[in-house]
Amino acid sequence: MRTVCIVGVGLSNWGEVWKESFRDLHTSAALKAIESAGVDHLDSLYVGCMSGGLFVGQEHLASLLTDYMGMRGLPATRVESACASGGMAIRSAFIEVASGISDIVMASGVEKMTDVDGDEATYALATAADQEFEVFHGATFPGLYAMMAHAHMAKYGTTRDMLSKVSVKNHNNGSMNPDAQYPFKVSMEQVAKSVMVADPLHILDCSPITDGAAAVIVCSEDVAKSLGKPYVKIIGSGIGTDTIQLAQREDITTIKAATLAANAAFKMSGKTIDDIDFCEVHDCFTIAEIIIAESIGKYAPGAAGPAILNGETTLEGSFPINTSGGLKSKGHPVGATGVAQVIEVYKQLTGQAEGERQLKSSPKIGMTQNMGGSGGSSVVHIMEVA
Amino acid sequence: MTMFSSRNWREYPHRYRREASKFTKSGKTYYPKRLVDPETGDTAQETVVLPDEGKIVTFTVIRIAPKQWGELSPYALAIVELTDGTKVFGQLADCNVDEVKIGMEVRLEFRRVQTESHHGVLSYGHKFVPKWF
Repeated sequence: MRTVCIVGVGLSNWGEVWKESFRDLHTSAALKAIESAGVDHLDSLYVGCMSGGLFVGQEHLASLLTDYMGMRGLPATRVESACASGGMAIRSAFIEVASGISDIVMASGVEKMTDVDGDEATYALATAADQEFEVFHGATFPGLYAMMAHAHMAKYGTTRDMLSKVSVKNHNNGSMNPDAQYPFKVSMEQVAKSVMVADPLHILDCSPITDGAAAVIVCSEDVAKSLGKPYVKIIGSGIGTDTIQLAQREDITTIKAATLAANAAFKMSGKTIDDIDFCEVHDCFTIAEIIIAESIGKYAPGAAGPAILNGETTLEGSFPINTSGGLKSKGHPVGATGVAQVIEVYKQLTGQAEGERQLKSSPKIGMTQNMGGSGGSSVVHIMEVA
Repeated sequence: MTMFSSRNWREYPHRYRREASKFTKSGKTYYPKRLVDPETGDTAQETVVLPDEGKIVTFTVIRIAPKQWGELSPYALAIVELTDGTKVFGQLADCNVDEVKIGMEVRLEFRRVQTESHHGVLSYGHKFVPKWF
């Protein structure tokens, strides 16, 4: 297997981007990635998108987006695994370059979520849950994570303050990110007093609805070296799946798909969780960050909440989580999120993170964890400085 | 989304009769029915009817509901472990949502779950009600 690198990255405008269509968003991210890498061509494209069909009434995205990038004829495929679609696009590009089939592949993700109203967006997102056995009964995504939160609180004594701290920390990080949708700080009181969505989760426990696209150039090390631009190596890639129906899990206080994905990535890279300097995780809800920090093996079950409350995962802490602001503050255009997470790790490892959020510890190895639905799928990537 | 009547009709065995798969080798019961035991890959099974009593394993109260569920809001959702160990997802009815808690004993009752607009399909299935009710 060849060494695989990431050499250029691009983010579109990010937030409620009324003036740009999903085509515009994707094109702008793609062109920025190509420009920042300095590549003169691509061999193929993988685009992650959760639900073009429900959000903009458009499928058959890969050909369409390739056309709008000015690259008609390019081999292109859409990849879907709900909110983990972007991470899966990275994985597909990684495999294509590692195998030697291609040298320069774009992995991108896009979601245009504000062309429908909140109700339709909720419906579209809920298709990542089991339609017949969860959504049929009135399940929403905040509701499913809320059920995980109640179970985690009952089993481990996880508290409101621990949940709130995730939001406070991520908004603090996001306040230093020029791309963040909600770059404002929040207090513990503001989180706890914000409107209740699904007990025990308040609105400030939830990631927002976001328009956005993200793209990276995945290439062989020979290509990366020849371009003379900062690059990082992808040293581990892993995916895991589980039943998408919460009631059928053995234990809903952990996310087994994330454990499987992380273990696969650790095995490929020859690293352990102790070698990881920082991590971007899928904090679609505050409880998710707590459960994932345990599921990837960083903390024992029940120990992540107290560690987060103690400040271990802040920018200055021993294991920074979501330096970008996470999905919570940076925003969560579902199909693009997994790619944007990789962009944050790339920026941190190459010293390009904007403002004060650049880690002072000169990190060498970073990790991303991207998740589909309530944990029915997960994809993990480990990256190292070149 | 409009659900064709064939799709509703196909779901009657589990929605109306709580039919589940009990796999021969593992002895495990899965609801809804499936063709393959997810743990063993076994296909030999018999159809069993789920018990109608259990305890709440976890729950939430939906306070901000999609329009379709607006008239019920706030409503409680729960995962219930039935007396045979099978876990089932559903909505609570006939209860004060602020009194729902983990460990609460409930009974499964046959109720109307969804209506598709004013002239669409009515969908029935189980809801949980407090056992003392």
